[in-house]
Amino acid sequence: MQIKETNIDFEVRSLDAMCVNESELVHPWWFNFKYLFAGIVFGIILVKAQVISWFRIQEMFRLQSFHMFGVIGSAVVTGAISVFLIKKLNLKTMYGEEIKFYPKQFSKGQIFGGLLFGFGWALTGACPGPLFAQIGTGATVILVSLFSAVAGTWMYGLLSKRLPH
Amino acid sequence: MEFIFCNGNYFGGIISATVLADPNPVQLNPSLIKELHTYGINNYDHLIPVDVFNWRSLLTIKGFLLMVVGGFLVGFGTRYAGGCTSGHSITGLSNLQWPSLIATVCFMAGGFIMANLILPFILKL
Repeated sequence: MQIKETNIDFEVRSLDAMCVNESELVHPWWFNFKYLFAGIVFGIILVKAQVISWFRIQEMFRLQSFHMFGVIGSAVVTGAISVFLIKKLNLKTMYGEEIKFYPKQFSKGQIFGGLLFGFGWALTGACPGPLFAQIGTGATVILVSLFSAVAGTWMYGLLSKRLPH
Repeated sequence: MEFIFCNGNYFGGIISATVLADPNPVQLNPSLIKELHTYGINNYDHLIPVDVFNWRSLLTIKGFLLMVVGGFLVGFGTRYAGGCTSGHSITGLSNLQWPSLIATVCFMAGGFIMANLILPFILKL
């Protein structure tokens, strides 16, 4: 009997979109400070570029400003050049580990989940990372949105097997 | 690791709001300001409209929909779609992944539908 393997662990797939190059090396705890530093720089850029501004998000979805399209567009161009150079020059991580790119698999989740994400994006004016930065700017009530977002990821975990993919 | 990065994100927000603060209000399209005025949103000093995003309005239907339901959809949609604006729109498109293009188009479509067709009714509540 032939057994067809199907991947129902969608958490693995969600990780594909973010961090496929998880380091397998073991480091002392203070090595993690570099991630804190990168996070701080990213947070400052998110705030200063106003891409986590609820108002800027509303402008974008009403086609009233080029601001967000310019930021996202230049980020994609910079990213594409970086990916090209990493592949072309076979660049390694700072610890000499290989950087691998895995092709993403299509699923209906990208359509249904994408639309739901878009609804949430226009409501809160933030995607997951910016929620943290918004709280940092003093909007403490966004803590509620953050907990609600975490609850949303749990709910997905509960329902994932029953949702169309 | 991601958690430490997100905490850094939070501290980055603090630094931007204190050391690197910009005293000028955000420069917006006049037609958006005019539209938001009709919903009672007049404060542009913060990244979010504090007229509707505050602890007191959390218990109103409007505040609940904006902050609690909005946050929930962000979390649920991100996992369902297998990534967010960073994972799909920026890194995915940079790597020329067509599933990421589909996800990005759907992010934008969802945002357009919400901002133009549904949000006006929520803000009028």
